[in-house]
Amino acid sequence: MSDKKAPEPPSSEITPEKLYLRRREFIKNAGLFVGTAGVVGGGLYLLGLKRTQPMDSFVPDAGVLPSLAPAQGSSPYDTDEAKTPFADVTTYNNFYEFGLDKNDPARNAHVLKTRPWTVTIDGEVNKPQTVDIDQLLKWFPTEERVYRMRCVEAWSMVIPWNGFPLGELIKRVEPTSRAKYVAFTTLMDPEQMPGQKRPVLDWPYVEGLRIDEAVHPLTLLAVGLYGKTLPNQNGAPLRLVVPWKYGFKGIKSIVKITLTEQEPPTTWNLASPHEYGFYANVNPAVDHPRWSQATERRVGEYSRRPTLPFNGYAEQVASLYTGMDLRENY
Amino acid sequence: MASPPLPWLNPAVLVGGLAPLVLMLIQGAQGELGPNVIEAVLNQTGLLALVFLLASLACTPLKLVFGWTWPIRIRKLVGLMAFGYAVLHFLTYAVADQGLKLRPILEDITKRKFIAVGFIALVLLVPLALTSTNAAVRRMGFPAWKRLHRLAYVAAVLGVIHFVWRVKKDVTEPAIYGAVLALLFAIRAVEALRKRRRTREAPRPA
Repeated sequence: MSDKKAPEPPSSEITPEKLYLRRREFIKNAGLFVGTAGVVGGGLYLLGLKRTQPMDSFVPDAGVLPSLAPAQGSSPYDTDEAKTPFADVTTYNNFYEFGLDKNDPARNAHVLKTRPWTVTIDGEVNKPQTVDIDQLLKWFPTEERVYRMRCVEAWSMVIPWNGFPLGELIKRVEPTSRAKYVAFTTLMDPEQMPGQKRPVLDWPYVEGLRIDEAVHPLTLLAVGLYGKTLPNQNGAPLRLVVPWKYGFKGIKSIVKITLTEQEPPTTWNLASPHEYGFYANVNPAVDHPRWSQATERRVGEYSRRPTLPFNGYAEQVASLYTGMDLRENY
Repeated sequence: MASPPLPWLNPAVLVGGLAPLVLMLIQGAQGELGPNVIEAVLNQTGLLALVFLLASLACTPLKLVFGWTWPIRIRKLVGLMAFGYAVLHFLTYAVADQGLKLRPILEDITKRKFIAVGFIALVLLVPLALTSTNAAVRRMGFPAWKRLHRLAYVAAVLGVIHFVWRVKKDVTEPAIYGAVLALLFAIRAVEALRKRRRTREAPRPA
């Protein structure tokens, strides 16, 4: 065992105790600062995550989605306004069956199985039947319709739909003289539509039209958009598109179409009758109780634009409502 | 020189509290705020304003329940952050959403109770922000200052109502904030009752 002591360092090299303690305190404080800032920032980030998460990875791969038969020519009803990008049309959706935030459907709708899929057409018709979606697609050639879409929340899009007029299908099942309305029902299956596990709305979603609205040539049953099979979040495999009405009338993932004598119940009207009427025609003169409908924001644009009566389709459809008070029948 | 206790606390809360704003600016610049950027910013700033407002109202209850004193040290900053995000929320609405068009904005505020309550909540926060300095406390006297700053309770209630009326159907999320606020009020109420009982039971001077 050596008795030798380690050489004492010169006192000039020793950190003064006061400084040494301050350095330790500084490092401790720096650690606490970073930790606290991280916890606060991280907590706030998590609280707002659902609303600001980038959605790029949820845009459907257009290369994988089956293409539809090319549309024949353009429709006289097409708008030549700039189309809303595919990525926006497929990640900014209201489809409460898959969640309440706009980006929930793109995230969650993949659990929906759209094949096999049948649609039942019944009620006041001479030929009630249940038809497979692929059979339905064989009956009617699809066409492209570039329509404006106006949501009741005051945003809008321009979407190139692929589909066929609802009137063609109604004609085929031969309505009786008692058929005054058309009622639609969405699939009811909480396993495939997880949002239905919560009683946010009275499931399944139901909608309806008056028969003259239903057979109007503008009214479309859409099976695709941008030339591709309809992505699930947009209402696959079959959805209604009524371009002069607010978007919530455009019921998605339809399993049943019933012609009725009485005005059918409609989901949003049941949920909040003073806010969502049966007709739901786009009308800049009738405000929603919580916001003005006079203007709208086209998705992707920054400034608002004036909303057009009947969403710009007044020339085609205004006559359907002559003699009706559109403030009463909002 | 003795450093102030917890010198890192306020800077850390400031940096952490501004982090979502910085992130939002970065995401916005990269076009990652989704198809409706204005809606995303409106939702985010509104949520942050409400969260900070509730956090500022949680400081006293935290002290009452756990005996912690550090929340009181950040209360002013947290309250000012609430005000800052509320102002950003309003500016996003007035400038970005409505394009500073006065008529629709005034119509919204006067005709729609959903927007009116939000606007009133913001207005109530203005005097609180203006009197947030130590000098203001001294000038006003603490009891008067304290009375004025009870407006934060009203602003928070209005903020929750604004949120409840905004959602279309499912009120779960605003209800959670409402429940937190109710809990904070309950703690204060229990404490006030206890204090009153204590003073009543105290022997009176003969």
